[in-house]
Amino acid sequence: MEALISLWEALPVVVQILLKIVVIVAPLMVLVAYYTYAERKVIGHMQVRMGPNRVGFFGYRLLGLGQPIADAVKLMFKEIIIPNGANRLLFVIAPMLSIAPALAAWAVFPFDSGLVLADINAGLLYILALTSLGVYGVIIAGWASNSKYSLLGAMRSAAQIVAYEIAMGFALVGVLVAAGSLNLGEIVEAQNGSLLHWFWLPLLPLFLVYFISGVAETNRAPFDVAEGESEIVAGFHVEYSGMTFAVFFLAEYANMILISALSALLFLGGWLSPFQGTFLESWFAWVPGIVWLLAKTFVFMFLFLWFRATFPRYRYDQIMRLGWKVFIPITIVWIVVIGLMKVLHAPWWFD
Amino acid sequence: MKTVINYIRSLFLFELLKGLSLTGRYMVSRPFTLEYPEEKAPISPRFRGLHAQRRYPNGEERCIACKLCEATCPALAITIEAEPREDGSRRTTRYDIDLFKCIFCGFCEESCPVDAIVETRVYEYCFEERGEHVMTKDKLLAVGDKYEQQIAADRAAQASVR
Repeated sequence: MEALISLWEALPVVVQILLKIVVIVAPLMVLVAYYTYAERKVIGHMQVRMGPNRVGFFGYRLLGLGQPIADAVKLMFKEIIIPNGANRLLFVIAPMLSIAPALAAWAVFPFDSGLVLADINAGLLYILALTSLGVYGVIIAGWASNSKYSLLGAMRSAAQIVAYEIAMGFALVGVLVAAGSLNLGEIVEAQNGSLLHWFWLPLLPLFLVYFISGVAETNRAPFDVAEGESEIVAGFHVEYSGMTFAVFFLAEYANMILISALSALLFLGGWLSPFQGTFLESWFAWVPGIVWLLAKTFVFMFLFLWFRATFPRYRYDQIMRLGWKVFIPITIVWIVVIGLMKVLHAPWWFD
Repeated sequence: MKTVINYIRSLFLFELLKGLSLTGRYMVSRPFTLEYPEEKAPISPRFRGLHAQRRYPNGEERCIACKLCEATCPALAITIEAEPREDGSRRTTRYDIDLFKCIFCGFCEESCPVDAIVETRVYEYCFEERGEHVMTKDKLLAVGDKYEQQIAADRAAQASVR
């Protein structure tokens, strides 16, 4: 152990940072791969089908667990086609631009008390900034493809993100008013106490608005007009193939995981045990905090899939109406309410 | 009042929750899927699959070249040529069913006075070369010989309603 620590400290700082990044990104990529598998399984079962169950390892089917690996290998070997009229530079940059923020946002994400790559005080602001950056990938992809469908998808995506970004931002303002900090670790600590101390209860409307905006933000069903396969084929990524397409896919799922993890962190007490303050607390004291965080994240990740299996796509004007005329007023009203609760030291969250 | 109720309903997402509960219920129910090559769906005795020509127990082919099937075939998939055999009985010299034209309606089977042309339960077949889609008389008789037991059992099961 001692030798390992001294070896770690002997490494150059750059190598240390790179290793830390690998430790975060590698499990994330595996999670993304198996999230696509889980999506196909869950939606399959909701449609009373089975989902993929043939591709396994070493001749065993293993419920089709080899499927995401097979898909990834297939996409890697496919040709990347760049259309004649496309802007070659932007066409290639766009997928990178959409995945970079989805991965970079994890830098400030605390997985457990003190277990964070960059413990900066403006963490929430950083995340808000990065999640909004993702849309540039979509818009640039739509424009650079030089295709009508792509452009339509990009325009829709842009308008939608503008609408929901505001509601999402306001929901986060509520969180930071309640927690009194922009540091994600401190936001979780502010929810310490019990299940009823977590912010989902005092911020219930903001919690719902945040998660639904998150679904809209990641262009997932029922807000997937940017793809809209029945109207505009595949929207912004019609012209993409092979690995460039796969990168968009990765970005979408990484973003979904990010939104789920953030919802768990901001509203469901992150790594805090749900049994705090009850007689069960000591029984579950041995469970590391990251397990609770993962469990809460998986709940939201499951919701994403459940929504997709259940709801038909919103009509475009309904999306705009929901964003501008429902969510933004609700969040503004609730920020006032939460401000009053904070000032009056409403029990038992802010006393 | 009605609008107020509607507003409250849409604000609390009642309908969406109902939809979620429906898909949630279906998720825990058993999938209807049959994993095809290993599991197969049950087949009715009336199933209309690949055609076959039958023989009498003594080995004599049943078809008497009456051409009723050819006449009734809505897709004009059947071609028949007939001549008297050496022993003077009327038999087909050519009996082709073009499976690309055939719509598997079963009229040929219904029209046949001697139950010679039948449709079997066989539905897993494929063609690898041009021309294989034409079921000649020999091929039809071969199918009939192969599945005679099943064909006879199916006819017997349906005898009371035919």
